[in-house]
Amino acid sequence: MATRQQAATSDVAADMTDRAFLQQQADSPRRERGTRVRRRRVRAAWLFLAPMLVVLAAVAGWPLVRTFWFSMTDASLSSLEGGQFIGLENYLVYDNGWYGIMADPMWWQSVWNTLYFTLVSVSLEAVLGVIVALVLNAHFRGRTLVRAAMLIPWAIPTVVSAKIWAWMLNDQFGIINHMLLGLGLIDAPLSWTADASLSMWAVIIVDVWKATPFVALLVLAALQMLPSDCYEAAKVDGIHPVRVFFRVTLPLIMPALLVAIIFRALDALRVFDVIYVLTSNAASTMTMSIYARQQLVEFQDVGYGSAASTLLFMIIALITVVYLYIGRRQLGGGS
Amino acid sequence: MTLRTLKGIVLKIGFWLLVAVLMVYAIFPFYYALVTSLKPSSELFQVSYWVDSVDFSNYATVLSQPTFLAAIRNSVIVAVSVVLIALLLGLTAAWALGRVRFRGRTTVMMIVLGVSMFPQVAVLSGLFEVIRTLDLYNSPGGLILSYTIFTLPFTVWILTTFMRQLPDELEEAAIVDGASPWVTLTKVFMPLLWPAMATTGLLAFIAAWNEFLFALTFTLTDSQRTVPVAIALISGGSQYELPWGPIMAASVIVTVPLVVLVVIFQRRIVSGLTAGAVKG
Repeated sequence: MATRQQAATSDVAADMTDRAFLQQQADSPRRERGTRVRRRRVRAAWLFLAPMLVVLAAVAGWPLVRTFWFSMTDASLSSLEGGQFIGLENYLVYDNGWYGIMADPMWWQSVWNTLYFTLVSVSLEAVLGVIVALVLNAHFRGRTLVRAAMLIPWAIPTVVSAKIWAWMLNDQFGIINHMLLGLGLIDAPLSWTADASLSMWAVIIVDVWKATPFVALLVLAALQMLPSDCYEAAKVDGIHPVRVFFRVTLPLIMPALLVAIIFRALDALRVFDVIYVLTSNAASTMTMSIYARQQLVEFQDVGYGSAASTLLFMIIALITVVYLYIGRRQLGGGS
Repeated sequence: MTLRTLKGIVLKIGFWLLVAVLMVYAIFPFYYALVTSLKPSSELFQVSYWVDSVDFSNYATVLSQPTFLAAIRNSVIVAVSVVLIALLLGLTAAWALGRVRFRGRTTVMMIVLGVSMFPQVAVLSGLFEVIRTLDLYNSPGGLILSYTIFTLPFTVWILTTFMRQLPDELEEAAIVDGASPWVTLTKVFMPLLWPAMATTGLLAFIAAWNEFLFALTFTLTDSQRTVPVAIALISGGSQYELPWGPIMAASVIVTVPLVVLVVIFQRRIVSGLTAGAVKG
């Protein structure tokens, strides 16, 4: 009996069995054996967790602490250890004028670019993702084929998709300009990646193309779990399908959609590959990650670059917390 | 009545049109890369929607470059090692987190989730120092180590989800027989978790194969590059004369294995993505 309770795993079941277990313990001769088995299991659990925790500490915890530290030194890439502590001078300092990241207009532009990119691309991905999911949820011939096709953009490496789109958006020989000229939508070829007013849109086009399948799959999974009875009721009552979508379907898939949006937003806030390949270090598409890496690697200024990394980390942490808080409140109020 | 059937037909046509548009949207860029890669360089700058005569010279160009072959080799070594390490560490951690109740379990889960939200740039300088201290700079080892930062958290998360769904009775018999946790894990759980392990392994492989920022920063010489970096750094005579034919050929070569994997295992991938996100 005791071993049976030891193996209980789901939280609710375990809570109940624990209580039964304690009661039984009082006069059970097997009490000793039960606690011994349990203790052995807990010890084994920590032993099994240890390698993972050590690796995560080595690649995430310690490097994060070191990055914080570097951000308060004047270390350079060639002499990491030679950096002197300079307080918050990398962030902001007054020396006959304000210096540091907080006083760098390029940093603020990259913050703005990142937020703009995140807001626009994630919104588009959410809307498109829901449309794709609704299509894939309908019963039609060749549905599996269409679903497989939808996964292709997701599977293509970001660098490769950026290169493919860079070729398609090429100002002289690109097929997009060719199509738009053929349709008479533009008079002269557009230089998508070089023109400052267009390059952010080029980046957004590529990101939306690549990431929509991810949103669509998460939403599709939620759609497939919806109960069919309320749809039948709506059909009997003759309610317009569009109304049914906004009143029934959308609220029910909202939790899954929110999760997809969080995941996508976290990805978009740290965007690097697409932009590095498409537009390199151009000011009009400079994001926080591009800015931080440029300082760190190309300008070899580890202190300043680490300060930018730290700010990026804090901004993402802040947005995550705020978003989770609002999301939870809305969900709590809505249901 | 006729109006209703007419409306039905219009709706049906509209639906199939939507499906067609979505299909073209999803597939066309890759198709166009394929078309470009199969053109001789003389026709490269004439826009066309299909190939008239198939020409493999771009593939010959790419595959005769030792640096590209080295990049493929490096990518395979890195991705396979990352998958094996992530599965091994993820499986043991998932047993502990999924099958044992102990103090601090929730904290560990939160740490794992927190790490998965890390922006990679945030640890770049610290990780650079770690890798240089361990003498792994400019080698596949450095990439294998650093890639665990994004593969391990979701491996642990997904495997824990699957581990929890298995019935309790499985383990009881093993415990009664006095089997150690390691034996229970390898003999009882592993055979049942193969599908979940295949899913997570596949996701980890794709993530490692596609990674760019660490690969760009932690390697220096052409012989140590991975495929994404090699493709990003292919350059021509000048900045404005990129060799688009070979670039598209290289893109197709590194993408075809992934597309094949994804199409074959699409059901598994979908279940893995949703287990990692929705249930998490």
